[in-house]
Amino acid sequence: MAPLLDVKNLDVRFAVRGGDLTALRGISFSLDKGERLGLVGESGAGKSVAAFSILRLIAQPGYIAGGEVLFEGRNLATMSEKELRRIRGNRIAMIFQDPMMTLNPVLTIGTQMVEALKAHRRISTRAAREIALNKLQKVYIPSPEKRLDQYPHELSGGMRQRVIIAIALLLDPEIIIADEPTTALDVTIQAEIMALLLELCEQENVALMLITHDLGVVSQVTQRMLVMYSGRIIEQGPTREIINDAQHPYTQGLINALPQMGEPGRRLYQIPGSMPSLKNVPSGCPFHPRCQYATGLCSQEMPEYVRSGNVDVACHEVRKLIDEEKQLQEMSS
Amino acid sequence: MSTATASPWNRFRESFLWYSFKRDKIAIVSFVVFVLIVAAGYLAPWLAPQNPYDLAQINIMNSELPPIWMEGADPAFPLGTDAQGRDLLSTILYGTRVSLLIGFGAVLLQSLLGILFGLLAGYMGGRVDSILMRVADVQLSFSTLMVAIIVGAVFKASFGNLMFGEIAVYMLILIIGVAEWPQIARTVRASVLAEKKKEYVEAARVMGFRTNRIMFRHILPNTLSPIFVIGTVQIANAIISEAALSFLGLGMPETQPSLGSLIKSGFDYIQSGSWWITLIPGLMLVVLVLVINLLGDWLRDVMNPRLYKG
Repeated sequence: MAPLLDVKNLDVRFAVRGGDLTALRGISFSLDKGERLGLVGESGAGKSVAAFSILRLIAQPGYIAGGEVLFEGRNLATMSEKELRRIRGNRIAMIFQDPMMTLNPVLTIGTQMVEALKAHRRISTRAAREIALNKLQKVYIPSPEKRLDQYPHELSGGMRQRVIIAIALLLDPEIIIADEPTTALDVTIQAEIMALLLELCEQENVALMLITHDLGVVSQVTQRMLVMYSGRIIEQGPTREIINDAQHPYTQGLINALPQMGEPGRRLYQIPGSMPSLKNVPSGCPFHPRCQYATGLCSQEMPEYVRSGNVDVACHEVRKLIDEEKQLQEMSS
Repeated sequence: MSTATASPWNRFRESFLWYSFKRDKIAIVSFVVFVLIVAAGYLAPWLAPQNPYDLAQINIMNSELPPIWMEGADPAFPLGTDAQGRDLLSTILYGTRVSLLIGFGAVLLQSLLGILFGLLAGYMGGRVDSILMRVADVQLSFSTLMVAIIVGAVFKASFGNLMFGEIAVYMLILIIGVAEWPQIARTVRASVLAEKKKEYVEAARVMGFRTNRIMFRHILPNTLSPIFVIGTVQIANAIISEAALSFLGLGMPETQPSLGSLIKSGFDYIQSGSWWITLIPGLMLVVLVLVINLLGDWLRDVMNPRLYKG
């Protein structure tokens, strides 16, 4: 069966003075119905750009330079703006980082929900309010009838994020793209919201694409994950395999940098250096200047993907290890 | 938090607007005076002892009678009469009505044009923005009055005095409205530029809303408070512009008195001792404009979040 969303070789560039900057390089991944996919990487790795370019909503100087975004077999990258509008919000919904900012401050919650429904379906206001109320109940908001007539500033941060999740679920989408949905909330509420999101996605069989810094959340929520670095996917596969046995040195570094991996009283592990700016991406493997295993080859050639178990990794050193292992096996057999 | 029924009236009574209004004596007095003047203007046909449009009621023999507290006054004309024998109280009531009509009409037109062009320029950006804002710049580089005088003179010449008299109110609304739209367009554009970067606009696009809907339903309401403030001040400006044009003879004809044309009609007699024909409508104009400006100041203080928090 063809996957619900199939991104093939997506290239996104930003046209700036002095030439194009490549923000995404040959991104390929797929998402099945009801599947939950994590997207991990440092700030500036291109996670949000990837999410926005799926719906073709990258801001002005950015454009899709190549590749396909197939949603149910149709290419979103070349679709007309009108057709695309029917998919945005309706089939693919999105949740943003900051719940303080994503709701319009001058419209009541009810108005905003009814409007979203009416933009995509021909229904009466009364029926739309009914659906809105139903969704608000699903996200466990206390006294939902009252919330419909309230303004966003009358709700707390956690409640607002619940409203936003309710809005995302409003039109029963196929996919929800959540761009760091819990970063702006405090820790106790983060867990609640994540649990809610997980529950609703399972209940309604919605595919979730979760963008986050938090490897802990990814390992709890998602079935598969992508690790991005400097606009490229460097490791991709089942979440459990990657978390338990990360192949790419960068992914290893991310996992070692988790606070729970450090010993009490000792400094936390840091990956040395920082993400390269798009203006001067290092030659070869973009991670090589920060990589402890880097060799001469790494600075010259972009590594291809190799398969290790169910995981695809882009790293010369991992390839070498795998080749050696194969040779050993051949020799012994 | 509103716990009781959230009817619009209750919401208003719990709002900051009402709270600060109750505590500002100047605002209350200005508002009361403004409402009285508007009511007087609106009810002029019922309040005025005489209809200045009805020539049969006017007797030239009554011309230049002084106000009631002076010697030689006729009790039938409490504020005296003008050079044509019209009751000054009646003409002022009717004149206020015309002045207010022009003031509100012109600001309505300005706001329509200004909001539309400001939204387009701010949201679309790029070439649309450049063209609209250059047009606004060019227009702002002329004085409003100059544009109004040129347009007014052209219309007056092409329509003739009689014809112009019939459509003078609408012409003045059009002239003042068109001459001042850049003020509002620029303000709207500035707030749109700030608003459109906010995430709720992005969220609206993600929801699949149309551009028009995002502009008018989502961004516009968020830019309204500066429009209210400017709109209030612009009403006062429009009334002054109208008075100035009328004073120059390019506004309302003397047969249809506005405050400006009343001041003008009395100006010729000021040296001959009949000062009241100019002074009383002049005072009325000053009070009206002052009251509107005070209300505008108050609105600006209330609606500017940087001012009221600090």
